[in-house]
Amino acid sequence: MAINWFKYSAPTAFYGLAGKLVPWFAWSSAILFAIGLYISFFVAPTDATQSEAYRIMFIHVPTSILSMFIYLVMAFYAAVGLVFNTRLSSMMATALAPTGALFAFISLWTGAMWGKPMWGAWWVWDARLTSELILLFLYFGFIALHASIDDPRRADRAAALLAIVGSVNVPIIYFSVKWWNTLHQGSTIKFSGTSMHIAMQQALFTMLLACWTYSVAISLLRVRSIVLERERNTQWVAELEEVRS
Amino acid sequence: MTPRRKKTTYMIIGGLAGLGLAVGLVLYALKNNVSLYFTPTQVFNKEAPQGRSFRIGGLVETGSVKREGDGLTVHFNVSDTVKIMPVIYKGILPDLFKEGKGVVAQGKLEADNVFHAEEVLAKHDENYMPPEAKDALDKAAKAKAGAVSPVVPAPTSTGY
Repeated sequence: MAINWFKYSAPTAFYGLAGKLVPWFAWSSAILFAIGLYISFFVAPTDATQSEAYRIMFIHVPTSILSMFIYLVMAFYAAVGLVFNTRLSSMMATALAPTGALFAFISLWTGAMWGKPMWGAWWVWDARLTSELILLFLYFGFIALHASIDDPRRADRAAALLAIVGSVNVPIIYFSVKWWNTLHQGSTIKFSGTSMHIAMQQALFTMLLACWTYSVAISLLRVRSIVLERERNTQWVAELEEVRS
Repeated sequence: MTPRRKKTTYMIIGGLAGLGLAVGLVLYALKNNVSLYFTPTQVFNKEAPQGRSFRIGGLVETGSVKREGDGLTVHFNVSDTVKIMPVIYKGILPDLFKEGKGVVAQGKLEADNVFHAEEVLAKHDENYMPPEAKDALDKAAKAKAGAVSPVVPAPTSTGY
């Protein structure tokens, strides 16, 4: 039996599906955060060079990775919305933007807090730091552009274009430490393996999963609100239990 | 796909490829401006700006750190294993500043061919390990450098 994927590309069907998925992702996220934070603080050993200060990476690295990943997912949804003229994909892009912006902000913020004690500076105009800051501004630009156009379909198309153009920045962030001399160190997690202790890896990957499930839960929750808002004049929304009561 | 959808897809892919190429060329042309610091070799080859403040980066040469009587002024050499650049700095050094470790200093190259730094930042690497593992690695490296046949077997990269 083939699953009819297109069924869920309609906001009507997806609204219900998203509602069912949210608690699963929310609970997984809560549990993973508990485990991840426990390993981060109590199991992972002290680092030889940076002693305890390195532990900030357990929040810094996952949020940085996800800020880039969410941008790519957002740009993908925006592009699908542009090509196939599907309402739901554009709504997903809109729903992802605030979470991506939050992660980009946390990444920069924790990076500053890590940079001051280790490097000796809160901020340096380094290629990695600057391109991540541009990513945050791209998120802000996407949100602001979308909000500034009254007609939601026109807003979707304009913002989609910005999201697609901005995706050029993501590989720049990733490869910046390789292409140029930067103060920021190279990647610890490479496709060829990692250069860290096994317990540190476990903490990092658990925190990454926790942040990912959080972002899925919160964007599904947000997309449900967007669906309700945009379809507020339709029959099916009027017939929803939570709307009627 | 309908012709219109096909057209939009090609426009997006083509647009992204063109934009990527343009950005890539611009960044390649501005390579020196994007990089945070110059290496001692680049300074030696006169690629660094003359008479203007810039950053220099590399490793603090082992055995080169010397403090003056005031306890604040410090001399050290920045090396990229090819060339070395003597640096003078007056101020508080970051905790991670160590011989043999990475450093980035902002300042000016004066007529005495010494780099007068106004700010010194420590650069750490992407390897994280507990102190015991570091000791084992250091011992192994020493054994490898000193004896012909190392006593301690070289650690494998798995797990760290």
